[in-house]
Amino acid sequence: MIHVKDLHKSFGTTEVLKGLTTEIKEKEVVCVIGPSGSGKSTFLRCLNLLEDITSGQVIMDGRDLTDPKTNINDVRTDVGMVFQHFNLFPHKTVLENITLAPIKVKGLSNQEAKDVAIPLLDKVGLSDKADVYPSSLSGGQKQRVAIARALAMNPKVMLFDEPTSALDPELVGEVLEVMKDLAKEGMTMVVVTHEMGFAREVGDRVFFIDEGIFMEEDTPENIFHNPQNPRTQEFLSKIL
Amino acid sequence: MIENIKGVSPYLIEGIQLTLLITIVGVLIGFVIGAFIGIGRLSKNKLIYSFSSIYVETIRGTPILVQIFFIYFGLSDLFGINFDKITASIIAIAINAGAYIAEIVRGGVQSIDKGQWEAGRSLGLTSSQTMRYIIWPQAFKRMIPPLGNQFIISLKDTSLFSAIAVNELLYQGKQFATTTFVYFEPYFMVGVFYLIITIPSMIVLRMVERRLDV
Ligand SMILES: Nc1ncnc2c1ncn2[C@@H]1O[C@H](COP(=O)(O)OP(=O)(O)OP(=O)(O)O)[C@@H](O)[C@H]1O
Ligand SMILES: [Mg+2]
Repeated sequence: MIHVKDLHKSFGTTEVLKGLTTEIKEKEVVCVIGPSGSGKSTFLRCLNLLEDITSGQVIMDGRDLTDPKTNINDVRTDVGMVFQHFNLFPHKTVLENITLAPIKVKGLSNQEAKDVAIPLLDKVGLSDKADVYPSSLSGGQKQRVAIARALAMNPKVMLFDEPTSALDPELVGEVLEVMKDLAKEGMTMVVVTHEMGFAREVGDRVFFIDEGIFMEEDTPENIFHNPQNPRTQEFLSKIL
Repeated sequence: MIENIKGVSPYLIEGIQLTLLITIVGVLIGFVIGAFIGIGRLSKNKLIYSFSSIYVETIRGTPILVQIFFIYFGLSDLFGINFDKITASIIAIAINAGAYIAEIVRGGVQSIDKGQWEAGRSLGLTSSQTMRYIIWPQAFKRMIPPLGNQFIISLKDTSLFSAIAVNELLYQGKQFATTTFVYFEPYFMVGVFYLIITIPSMIVLRMVERRLDV
């Protein structure tokens, strides 16, 4: 599904990703952990070209993102992204947040887009919030809307960048629940997270990234109970 | 005194209509210019960026009186382009307000969180769709107060066009004064007429500002 080959990313002269290589299979749930500034977000953002790739290759569902002929907007419709700070559109209602891209990108009619959005709102437990503006929602509700918004494009892959880090602790669970459901339905997911419980429960694999390198990648079981790399051990001892 | 006020008023009523016409049409065109130039100043394309920047700095770096003389006399002298006075005035306001509005637009667009761009682009919207449906509506709201300010500034700037004998408000008062040798009432009333427009404008602006909560 996703092939990453020797991915390098520099901002100016500072190299943030120093040659990442991996393969993520369809329906796999991969959790990315690592210290602050290690390049987790940058890695994720290279997967839908929110950051342009300095060198190396990312092949998403057969399409080479570094090939200038690839239509990047097309690829992005297949790759949903959920952000730490939700990034809902404050001037649009919850429903409009969800229907905007299906209407403008896929050319659906308002009614068709609504028919897509309503079941998704239902799925994230917010059917009663269709007509309110994001400012009246709690953080957990906002993030669930953001997930529904990404799902409305019917993506093949979902990227999550610390989706629960900006939430009050009591709101984390409701968002993780939605993500677990998605995983169960077979969505391919790449999740940057500090929620070790989530990684353990639904992650198929965990990548530990430090200083722009995958230091270790393994099953959650092995990473959490039997980390091989001293860097991983050190990191886990700090957060567990 | 009352006699003179009564005497000058019809002239001023005529003048203020032209003042408003020049201001409204000029600022509207200026807004279109400003929208393009302002977004141009955020462009990654070097050519577009340079052109936009040169435009803004040139206009902001020269007095509007020089600009109107250039448009009205200068262009006619060199290229034989002869605008009538009113057209020349509208062009001057449009070009001048356009530069200031470009900065308002740039600031407005820049004030929108980068995450809004990223959310739009990550959904597959093109950059122009993201601008149009996501960034612009939010940015425009924040532009309203400074745009209102610019309107008031441009309105007052039109008084400079009395220098090329445009029959706007100040020129009308001046005409009355120089023909009747009465000076106090015409200029006092010219001031009052400007205030009749500017004070309600400012009040409306304040109200809109409070409504928008910006
Ligand atoms: N646009 C940018 N310009 C310059 N440097 C950047 C940019 N974005 C990220 N960086 C730098 O790249 C490095 C990796 O950033 P990244 O956001 O990927 O880290 P992260 O692992 O997601 O950290 P966190 O846990 O704090 O979110 C950091 O040192 C950061 O300062
Ligand atoms: Mg990050």
